[in-house]
Amino acid sequence: MDNQNMTKLIYLVPLFPLIGFLINGLGRNFLSKSLSAFVGSGSVLASFIMSVLIFMEAKTPGFSVVTVKLFDFIKTAKLDIPFSFQVDQLSTLFLLIITGVGFLIHLYSSAYMKEEQPHHYARYFAYLNLFVFSMLMLVLGSNYVIMFIGWEGVGLCSYLLIGYWFKNGDYNDAAKKAFVMNRIGDLGFLLAIFWMLGQYGSTDFISIFSRAGDTAPAVLTGITLLLFVGATGKSAQIPLYTWLPDAMAGPTPVSALIHAATMVTAGIYMIARSNILYTLAPVTPMIVAVIGLATALLAATIAIRQNDIKKVLAYSTVSQLGLMFLGLGVGAYTGAVFHVMTHAFFKALLFLGAGSVIHAMHHEQDIRNMGGLKKHLPVTHLTFLAGCIAIAGIPPFSGFFSKEEILGGVFAHNIVLYIIAVFSSLLTAFYMFRLYTLTFLGKFRGTSEQEHHLHESPLAMTLPLIVLAVLAVLAGFLGIPELFSTDAHWLSNFLAPVFAESTVHQQAHVVSHSTEWMLMGGMVAATLVICFYAINKFRNYEKTGIEATGFAKVLENKWWVDEIYDAIINKPLKGFSLFLNNVVERSGVDGIVNGVGKFVHYSSRQLRWLQSGQVGSYILIMVVATVVFFIIQLFGK
Amino acid sequence: MPINYYIFLSIALFCIGVVGVLTRRNAIIVFMCIELMLNAVNLLLVAFSKMHYMSSVLVNPASTAGADAQIFVFFIMVVAAAEVSVGLAIIVMMYRNIHSVDINFLNRLKH
Repeated sequence: MDNQNMTKLIYLVPLFPLIGFLINGLGRNFLSKSLSAFVGSGSVLASFIMSVLIFMEAKTPGFSVVTVKLFDFIKTAKLDIPFSFQVDQLSTLFLLIITGVGFLIHLYSSAYMKEEQPHHYARYFAYLNLFVFSMLMLVLGSNYVIMFIGWEGVGLCSYLLIGYWFKNGDYNDAAKKAFVMNRIGDLGFLLAIFWMLGQYGSTDFISIFSRAGDTAPAVLTGITLLLFVGATGKSAQIPLYTWLPDAMAGPTPVSALIHAATMVTAGIYMIARSNILYTLAPVTPMIVAVIGLATALLAATIAIRQNDIKKVLAYSTVSQLGLMFLGLGVGAYTGAVFHVMTHAFFKALLFLGAGSVIHAMHHEQDIRNMGGLKKHLPVTHLTFLAGCIAIAGIPPFSGFFSKEEILGGVFAHNIVLYIIAVFSSLLTAFYMFRLYTLTFLGKFRGTSEQEHHLHESPLAMTLPLIVLAVLAVLAGFLGIPELFSTDAHWLSNFLAPVFAESTVHQQAHVVSHSTEWMLMGGMVAATLVICFYAINKFRNYEKTGIEATGFAKVLENKWWVDEIYDAIINKPLKGFSLFLNNVVERSGVDGIVNGVGKFVHYSSRQLRWLQSGQVGSYILIMVVATVVFFIIQLFGK
Repeated sequence: MPINYYIFLSIALFCIGVVGVLTRRNAIIVFMCIELMLNAVNLLLVAFSKMHYMSSVLVNPASTAGADAQIFVFFIMVVAAAEVSVGLAIIVMMYRNIHSVDINFLNRLKH
């Protein structure tokens, strides 16, 4: 076809970051800082331009799914897994998010990481590029195996980047935690792939989805649940979410990359991609919805009492991801993808804003020691405020539209889920404005030395903030609800082919417009009240030494989830390994090994007497032995 | 003459040799006993070869069966002669060094 010239060049999109990774990774000892920043950011910018061109083609009406096969990856008699990319509306949308937000984060990093050594600086950009490359592989793969390659790649890169400051033991632990948690989920994904191979003999999206209708419901449930286990690991859902808050050990732009553009959206993408399987599976969607909602609520409650600026944002990410899974669970696939997109903008914005604050405060992250930064960091303040309003869901900022779409889907599905979702959404508004107020309003609570050094960040850092703020404000208009204007939901129309199959199987829930108006109005009013309440409550915050009590203490300690995991998994495992070490190893294995040694030693001591040096005795033994052999030979038969 | 006598003589010579090697400590006597064993074997070889020839010549008067064994014996004697010269040279050197031909005296290889 004539209008698919660019689509054929899809391989360039992941190729640029890969080349950037190779140049920065191999040349880290020779490249100057500005050169490695140029290579790192430039490669992502190049793939962003490619993505835009491809997106333009995918946007044209009548665009059908294109599979670009690069080469045979695994080809045996029964198994044929090509290395191929699938270009459709969903993957191009993700391409834009990943490369676009990714580029802004690269640009920001070039200034944020300025104090690093040149070879560490290049190593950082190499990791970032590899991260973007892996994520692009994940969304572009046309079968689950290629997706899994990217899936593992982002896991590896998150490990490398979280542990970027590898001299700090705690950071290494956080990196290991992220890696191990991800591995647990990956196992589920891997099992699902094997199951699909056994069931369909293929891992290709198109061929599996076309045969999903003929599959036994039990098999479908099993596969989708295993896939969901993978998603809980990568997208930080209960019970595997604990790595994400710890992942802020890495440099702040990395947190932005992990939380916004890459990594955590992988699970959402995977389920959105497999939407037909989930729609047809009988039990799974409900489980996805409940887990998502539970995560959203749990993380939101924890975020209320956190005092680390990045931790609050991290828990808010977990909470928002929970909301997206809730959307996926109730079949609001477009809403979930929409929220991924708007969330990518405002969460990247918030994290980069937090980075700017931390930069200005000389690596102070405790919001109790901040306050009054409004006049020192005007750009950061305004953009951060935009991000807060967006995530809180106040119209007409983007978060309102995407959240409203998910909540609308939930309301049509189940009223109980809706009430809890609204509650956790209001909590979001509360803790975000608590964070905003403590950081930017009131008076400065840090040391006078810190106050003296407060400064706005350089342009390379504020420019991404401004761009992201504009996106966070305006992105919502891509998905205007039907309520306001008929057929104005551009995103829904754009993504319709991807979710077409599922839409057929879902029964349409019609909510009357008056109900919808009421819910929306109530929601907005409640959010606004909560926001002003939070601002008023924390405006005149003073540091107190009083320890939290009761429920607040539970929240401050994050429901002791880490401790519970420690008690029920780590401790027994350690006990068992100690048992193996002390009992089995000492008496069993050591006994055998030492026993062999002792036996050889003892027997050789005894045999030594034979070598007496008396030639006569040797000959005697020889003669006796010969005679014995003779006797055996003659009479033995 | 029946072959038995030759065999018994060989066994007797061989056993004398073995016992001599085992019991005597003088290197020269040990050496002689080794030669004795060698010759006992030679004798046996010749005897069997003759027996073999006698049995096959009855069938075929032109037979040369067993002739190779006779040649073998000559070879063995040649090799033995060479070996004797080497062995005696060793014993001479041994005597020159330690003024003794007692084999139990020379057990330093043990250490």
